[in-house]
Amino acid sequence: MKENYLKISFPSLPENVSLARVIVAAFAAQLDFTLNELEEIRVATSEAVSNCVIHAYREKSGEIQMELQIEDGALSIKVIDEGCGIQDLDLAKTPAYSTDPERMGLGLVFMESFMDKMTIESQPNQGTRVLMIKKPERSKDNNGDQP
Amino acid sequence: MDLNLERNGRVLTVQIAGELDLSTSPAFRERIEAELGQNQEIQHLILDFKETSFIDSSGLGAILGRYKSMAQRNGKVSAVNVPPHLQRLFELSGLLKVMAIYPSLEEAQN
Repeated sequence: MKENYLKISFPSLPENVSLARVIVAAFAAQLDFTLNELEEIRVATSEAVSNCVIHAYREKSGEIQMELQIEDGALSIKVIDEGCGIQDLDLAKTPAYSTDPERMGLGLVFMESFMDKMTIESQPNQGTRVLMIKKPERSKDNNGDQP
Repeated sequence: MDLNLERNGRVLTVQIAGELDLSTSPAFRERIEAELGQNQEIQHLILDFKETSFIDSSGLGAILGRYKSMAQRNGKVSAVNVPPHLQRLFELSGLLKVMAIYPSLEEAQN
């Protein structure tokens, strides 16, 4: 299996969320993901990058780093910001937790549901690092891995 | 994202073409709220997803916001032409508890 990586950084603008989705989907297409799995990856990426724009930097502009890697047949996506951090990670992961009536509070739920693994490292005022990993189901069938 | 709004009496139909996400959901909210504000008689908002390529939680939140607007005037929200990948997001989000899905525009109107 060919290994590959991509590192990019971009300002925390709402317009860049769709750009991030396109880049990740094109990178992920190097693995044997189904269209449904690619859609899940697009949603998870959208949520991670949107969180940087909405929560990490709020009204201020900041930089979002995205590191993509293909290793051992799996896709890993790191989304890193240097924003305000998450005060209460358990509360943030609660479905439907949102302070905004126009939001559903489902971003972290979708990221956890659509990826095989999702971890968040965050400290108040020191930023947040999100790591998401997903392996194509078809490759799991081939090598006997459990989903 | 392109929106096509069509009002027929008490029914407002909105065709959503393209992506509904963090970047485009403010325009979605503003266009529909402006139409609702100008037409207090609207009681049924039908969202047509035939040309919708992508929705995330920001887009789902914008839809939930319109449900709240319609609920305030004792109206309802329906969805038509929902592709499978969007239907799954609607199910996971719980939106289907407040928004009925119809296979066609005609059935939603009736």
